[in-house]
Amino acid sequence: MPESKFKPGDRVRVLKAYPPGHIRTPYYIRGCTGEVERICGAFPNPEELALMRTGLPAQPLYRVRFLQKDVWPDYEGSAADVVEVEIFQHWLDPAEVM
Amino acid sequence: MSDQGKYRPLSYFQLMEISLRELLVEKGILTNAQVDAEVEDMRRRTPERGAKVVARAWVDPSFKKRLLENGTKACEELGLDIPALKLVVVENTPEVHNAIVCTLCSCYPRMLLGIPPDWYKSRNYRSRMVREPRAVLREFGLRLSENIQIRVHDSSADMRYIVLPMRPAGTDNWSEERLASLVNRDSMIGVAVPKGPSE
Repeated sequence: MPESKFKPGDRVRVLKAYPPGHIRTPYYIRGCTGEVERICGAFPNPEELALMRTGLPAQPLYRVRFLQKDVWPDYEGSAADVVEVEIFQHWLDPAEVM
Repeated sequence: MSDQGKYRPLSYFQLMEISLRELLVEKGILTNAQVDAEVEDMRRRTPERGAKVVARAWVDPSFKKRLLENGTKACEELGLDIPALKLVVVENTPEVHNAIVCTLCSCYPRMLLGIPPDWYKSRNYRSRMVREPRAVLREFGLRLSENIQIRVHDSSADMRYIVLPMRPAGTDNWSEERLASLVNRDSMIGVAVPKGPSE
């Protein structure tokens, strides 16, 4: 298993990329910044699996917590509301890097 | 109204299913008995399984702790096998309400809740639950105060989620079985909360 680059509490930004193929990173969360909630383990890369490849080496998968108000500027509800999404490591950058 | 005996042509997908199944059997990849056994297994998976897990967590704090730490492993203790998938149990508290969605498709904790309801797979629920969860919950009849944080969990990859609702008041000394009867599918998806005897 490749080493996990991030740990719980780290601020991360989701890549704002739109490659073709089977991608498990929802569109709405691309480009958003959040915080690693936990490391889920490592799983075969679904983008490779979709092409009938092995998806190995398995990629670290994280649950990342985003404030709703950061995801949707006009979000109606508490400023504390969050959405949590599972994101593979190769879709994440440290949040400091612009 | 029963449609029994009424002729209806097969739909595209029904035809596809039959054709594919017959081919697989003909080529010796599957047997009809295997297909039947799998369908039977699927039918046996119902929300009662999830309710059993919730009730156990309500009466047994150490089980609850293990359940929140590693849902898959804790469920094994109850004889519930959750192959290959990781179960994440998210706990409702007076401060936090959790709800589950899969915006990309319709990932669902089938091993504990069975076959998902149609609305769970609808574009409406899938797109709006992350965008305006409070409005969606209101439509389900659940009005939550602004002081309660809403956590929406998008099952976008390999985890599956189930909500551990709060135990209703007025259920002290209830048996596990009786408690389980309060827990329905919607409360484990997070679009409802279990109601106690006085509600």
